Amino acid sequence: MITWTRHRLFWPVMLLVLLLLSNLFFTPDFFSIQMKQGHLYGSLIDILHFGAPLILVSLGMTLVIATGGIDLSVGAVVSISGALACWTISQQSDQGSLGVVVMAVALSLGVTALLGAWNGLLVAGAGIQPIIATLILMVAGRGVAQLITDGQIITVNSSPYKVIGGGYLATLPFSILLVAIVVAATALLTRRTALGLLLESVGGNAEASRLVGIRSRGLIAMTYIVAGLCAGVAGLMISSNVSSADGNNAGLWIELDAILAVVIGGTSLLGGRFSLTGTVIGALIIQTLSTTIYTIGVPPETTLVVKAIVVMIVCLAQSPSFRAKVFRRPGFAPPAARPGEPGPDAAPAGPADPTETKAEVPA
Amino acid sequence: MRKTLTTIIALALVAGGVAACGNSDSGGDGKIVLGFSQVGAESGWRTANTKSIQDSAKEAGITLKFSDAQQKQENQIKAIRTFIQQKVDVIAFSPVVESGWDTVLKEAKAKKIPVILTDRAIDSKDTSLYKTFLGSDFVEEGRRSAQWLVKATEGSTDPVTIVELQGTTGSAPAIDRKEGFAEVIKADPKFQIIASQTGDFTRAKGKEVMQAFLKAHKDIDVLYAHNDDMALGAIQAIEEAGLKPGTDIKIISVDGVKDAFVAMTEGKINVVVECNPLLGPQLMDIVKKVVDGQETPQRIVTEEGVFTADQAAAALPNRKY
Repeated sequence: MITWTRHRLFWPVMLLVLLLLSNLFFTPDFFSIQMKQGHLYGSLIDILHFGAPLILVSLGMTLVIATGGIDLSVGAVVSISGALACWTISQQSDQGSLGVVVMAVALSLGVTALLGAWNGLLVAGAGIQPIIATLILMVAGRGVAQLITDGQIITVNSSPYKVIGGGYLATLPFSILLVAIVVAATALLTRRTALGLLLESVGGNAEASRLVGIRSRGLIAMTYIVAGLCAGVAGLMISSNVSSADGNNAGLWIELDAILAVVIGGTSLLGGRFSLTGTVIGALIIQTLSTTIYTIGVPPETTLVVKAIVVMIVCLAQSPSFRAKVFRRPGFAPPAARPGEPGPDAAPAGPADPTETKAEVPA
Repeated sequence: MRKTLTTIIALALVAGGVAACGNSDSGGDGKIVLGFSQVGAESGWRTANTKSIQDSAKEAGITLKFSDAQQKQENQIKAIRTFIQQKVDVIAFSPVVESGWDTVLKEAKAKKIPVILTDRAIDSKDTSLYKTFLGSDFVEEGRRSAQWLVKATEGSTDPVTIVELQGTTGSAPAIDRKEGFAEVIKADPKFQIIASQTGDFTRAKGKEVMQAFLKAHKDIDVLYAHNDDMALGAIQAIEEAGLKPGTDIKIISVDGVKDAFVAMTEGKINVVVECNPLLGPQLMDIVKKVVDGQETPQRIVTEEGVFTADQAAAALPNRKY
């Protein structure tokens, strides 16, 4: 039991479960999942469905943050991606044709990968600080999206496009399956190959990594491209879910939600250590919080305060140093004081120790 | 590193120079210069509003300095300050939120630049801060929405459960449309608003919030959306829940964008209370009057209608936005 609570992800998972359970007081059948019109229907499915874009964006963000960087431009990339795809489709006479949609999706993803490469170039090539380098695209990108949409909301009527963010496959929302595949692929690539270790090494010390023969710059640039692509797919999902592209509001502030998800998941903003599972849980906590607020009927005027309080609690609870301070009050016997048991308890900084992470089951 | 820095500074200087050139054309040729700060481009309605203002400024021979605030008050305050510095003849703007305008409007007043509010009002005790407010009566729109519902459920005493999708929290249309609606339905206890959340005037949020409503409440009779885009998003959520929008859940929406009329012809929206965005020509008239020193009333209401599903097909071809 003690080793359980010492797992790095114990607190985030606990908080997610608590948040979900708190819904039971207000909606007793919160956990019920039914079949409706040939697909699964329920609040849990909604959380996954609407959380899918955030999970994707956070996933890309995790890799960038693992290298010690940050990508503020993902929100803008989300809106560009959706705008470009919807614009391409709306220009065609046959919006419903599969070829058109494939072309639009390919175009969007190509452009978002390029935008990611641009960020990578600025950070790894020109050596500009990540927060500044990506700020450029964050500000300019939304303008680009509005140029594409001409300031309008582009409505498309294309059933193949609708599938990406609003369709169903094997009773599950297609976006959930897509995210599951991307998460699994990223986990495999980073944890079953040396890639994850190399990323952490670059995040720990880029110069030292370069000296031992790791291509730091290439790796850093790659993470920005992946982040761009993830944001691109998320943009497709968001616009496809409502069959329209909104250059102004799509993905607004999603970069901040993504950074929060990464932090809740226990990835250090300083780089050098990351947890994909943690990020997924972090993103789910954020989406669950939104859904909970809608279902329990918090007045809109106070929504942000409620969110802030929950986020604060989540962040504090998952901070090992904060827990150590609180639980080491006088009157509490510190665990290390037990005689004759040197064991793992002897190291008080245990859970925060980066060396522990490598022993963990990959994502 | 130093080289990069020099480049950046040089670029900034060039950009500044370009901006300065842009400024210098204000005034000069005797044309009236109007500085207009728009809320953003959050909906089709807003885009139509923007276009109407741009087109009618051109027609009226007024030089328009247009600025998009992207739904942020600080951007709008910045834009108004820039207009004051550029010494425009008249400033017009649609306030993003109701409060917090006194300081910047006092600055304009000190420089004797008249201010016109369009479409949205501000919450200030000092009415001398603006010349006139041209726009829709949002409270009346809320009342009309409710009046349609009262009529539609006439003669029945069954309880009517209502969910409400509010606009951006703190914005004038959200506050007023909620107030006007509540004022009318208060008269009959059979009407109950069981849930009310903000959908930020967007489709994506409208859909997300409606999905949560549908899970939390099993017996929703009526949806009242503060704008069409949220209603359009909510329609998708209702359809995914296996219900028929317009039949199982009656939908009342405000604005009257083209997509909403299309949805109405398909029977998915029951009634749209129009909120007319095409106030450009009226605005230009007022601007000219204000510059000539003529008196203008403090409040000018735009002309608007209410459209029900059976009128939608006839009205659809005439919708410009």
